[in-house]
Amino acid sequence: MTQNHPFAITLDVGTSLVNHTGSWRTVRPEYVHRLPPCNHACPAGEDIQGWLAHAEGGDYEAAWRALVQNNPLPAVMGRVCYHPCEGACNRAQIDSAVGINSVERFLGDLAIEKGWRFDAPPAPSGKKALIVGAGPSGLSAAYHLARLGHAVTIREAGPLPGGMMRFGIPKYRLPREILDAEVQRICALGVTIEYNSKVSNIRDAMRDGGFDAAFLAVGAHIAKRAYIPAAGAAKVLDAVQVLRSMEGEDKPLLGRRVVVYGGGNTAIDVARTARRLGAEEAVIVYRRTREKMPAHDFEVEEALEEGVLMKWLSTIKNVDGGSITVEKMALDDKGFPQPTGEYETLEADSVILALGQDVDLSLLEGVEGLNVRDGVVEVGPNMMTGATGIFAGGDMVPSERTVTVAVGHGKKAARHIDAWLRGQTYAPAPKHEIASFDKLNAWYYGEAPKTVRPTLEVARRTSSFDEVVKGLDESNALYEARRCLSCGNCFECDNCYGVCPDNSVVKLGPGKGFEFNYDFCKGCGVCASECPCGAIVMTQEAI
Amino acid sequence: MSEARETLAPGEAVQRLKFYQKGTFTVGNRLVGEDERSVQASQDRSNALTCGHRACQGCGEALGARYAIDAAMRATGKDMIAVNATGCLEVFTTPYPETSWQLPWVHSLFGNAAAVATGVAAAMRVKNKRTRVVAQGGDGGTTDIGFQCLSGMFERNDDVLYICYDNEGYMNTGVQRSSATPPAARTATTPAVGDEPGNVFGTGKSVPKIAVAHNIPYVATATVADLHDLERKVTKAMSVHGARYIQINVPCPLGWGAASHDTIHLARLAVECGLYPIFEAEHGRITHVRKIRKQVPVTDYLKRQRRFAHLFKGDRPDPRVARLQAMCDANIADYGLVAGADEEV
Repeated sequence: MTQNHPFAITLDVGTSLVNHTGSWRTVRPEYVHRLPPCNHACPAGEDIQGWLAHAEGGDYEAAWRALVQNNPLPAVMGRVCYHPCEGACNRAQIDSAVGINSVERFLGDLAIEKGWRFDAPPAPSGKKALIVGAGPSGLSAAYHLARLGHAVTIREAGPLPGGMMRFGIPKYRLPREILDAEVQRICALGVTIEYNSKVSNIRDAMRDGGFDAAFLAVGAHIAKRAYIPAAGAAKVLDAVQVLRSMEGEDKPLLGRRVVVYGGGNTAIDVARTARRLGAEEAVIVYRRTREKMPAHDFEVEEALEEGVLMKWLSTIKNVDGGSITVEKMALDDKGFPQPTGEYETLEADSVILALGQDVDLSLLEGVEGLNVRDGVVEVGPNMMTGATGIFAGGDMVPSERTVTVAVGHGKKAARHIDAWLRGQTYAPAPKHEIASFDKLNAWYYGEAPKTVRPTLEVARRTSSFDEVVKGLDESNALYEARRCLSCGNCFECDNCYGVCPDNSVVKLGPGKGFEFNYDFCKGCGVCASECPCGAIVMTQEAI
Repeated sequence: MSEARETLAPGEAVQRLKFYQKGTFTVGNRLVGEDERSVQASQDRSNALTCGHRACQGCGEALGARYAIDAAMRATGKDMIAVNATGCLEVFTTPYPETSWQLPWVHSLFGNAAAVATGVAAAMRVKNKRTRVVAQGGDGGTTDIGFQCLSGMFERNDDVLYICYDNEGYMNTGVQRSSATPPAARTATTPAVGDEPGNVFGTGKSVPKIAVAHNIPYVATATVADLHDLERKVTKAMSVHGARYIQINVPCPLGWGAASHDTIHLARLAVECGLYPIFEAEHGRITHVRKIRKQVPVTDYLKRQRRFAHLFKGDRPDPRVARLQAMCDANIADYGLVAGADEEV
């Protein structure tokens, strides 16, 4: 206290900064990361929210580089992935899901256009890995193993890379130059692909080539058959064979009336292919209802737009040159189709069976410890088969058969193979709590409906193999990326910094986020309530 | 002196953003330029009301005062003086000899803030200084005790912006009723007892409407739930000379019986149900109305506050809830709070 105070003043002027109101607190705010539902749903384990965050700022190369940390095939993914991420997207509860798949395609196409290449692999580990099959799973494993420093050789039975991406998925869904560009980029990492090189015995191949580990990804290329009595000049083909021959010089001759038997995505693909080959009628015969159909709804819609006909609740009883007999079915109480005894006849120049596919397991004969159940190879949580050093993934192991799942298997297997080659065990980082919609404060997100990707007009779709679904351009890809809610991860909106009644949030600057000043934070919780993306939690203070 | 200078406040630019979906309504937005961001998003905001103040946890008034004064300081290049009425804001920021204020600040009495501010503005004029003057107080010191001085300041068109932080009662002295307390609310002087518990219907007043009736250059209502709108209004008010009035809805967790983390949420519900119309008026005419974005029933707002808990106690719905809803509906109709199909929100 000084003596020179005015009348009636006894104390120096002080500041409230000496008053540490943090001592009032019983709960404390903390910044957290939560797992966005899109990332959680992605079979390839992409950090979708992470790469969208780069794209939102317009840094597409950074976005692409973040994307390919987990998936080397974004341009392919952006066309053929069934995007379970969008099914999980929290934005659907505000207006509609973020068009993640279309942004992924935009980034993939831009990378091809700009010629972006993967970062160079680190110093060689001295280990050699053999991959059997150059499909999505094999390519993914090759990419990840190469990036971890291992020497990778892929042996492919066919003449070209891509597996089912080339021999199963029609061109109008995946143009081959896109596939080739992304495969080429993987090869540029130093991955060798030997074509027309079928592995007949895996142990022999490993020993002869001096490989330390093997990843099997031969896919499922053998069409399942059903016994259908056929007479006369009946033409019965299988879908795998039809789609495969589309890649050769001689296109299959299917006739004017084509019947496709089955209800999966392959049935749809082959019916749409038949339309493009000039079939006036392409009829899908399926024994259950549309709701029960395994094919994805948007593909069914696109097929219907192109004039593909659907015959639900029907089975083919026999095929006679030029016509087939179909029996009508009815669903029983349990939802299973039962025969009704009612028949009808359909004209058909050819019948294509799309009843699923089996795995060619011949290369595994005599391998010890390996278990095969229901026609697929059993693997452990680390993707290793019962045989030491032999891993497997993709369609040949028990799981959903999609390109994205296969890519995910490749990545997962690569990480375990890498650890195994180094004599370690790979333990993935523990997952954060999921950022479900109730963790968000959706008020802060403005209304912005999804951008619809343009599609090719129907007239051209039935006469050509041009790509049906088009991509986004930069302006609408940016718009779409900015629709991301950034669930569970701070996007520096400054809300916590703004809404704190006690100025107890410190803004650290662009890219650096925020921190709490616990000297003054009273623990009111306004920051956590008003955080749009659920990146703040209130935890009990130890008192 | 009262001639309005039309300038585009930064907030107006922010509100027009359409394609920055992420965080369109948040305090900041990393995707836009610095000049389009709010004052509160800035690392060098004034923090006019700094840390260590003794307001309760989640105080809406502390927040509203920082929002408003930081915006005013930016608009005036920090060349301003604040005059404060007695009330929570004065008590929790300046327990002798400490102060939380980062600008010249005067406190005199409960009821004379408008008159003191008039005097400070006159002194600045005499001294040929451009220093601007902001008076501020709670609803008690504004709508009740200081009302005569305030009306005088308005009718003389003195060059003062008066900001009322409306928390709907005398919270500092123990939550007594003021003329801004809503009907049915329980306070220490309108307890939840008897046939019609809580504050009676048909009492109170709208000071913003009274201010408009003075035909002063600028009147606005605002809310801590819409920072961009609030900053835009303060900035606009500081671009004009003459008497100006802004009333900001600032929830009081203690007085309203609400969770401290609900402060902004409650302020938002008050606007979205129609109970607290947000508008601005120039020279006696309403010029802008903030449209409701997602309309909610008044019960959503009432049920989160213990001061209205007695409305939901019995087995049957209290008919006064319907009366409060009718007040919201009347506001919505009178001010046109719900946007038509062709209007932008």
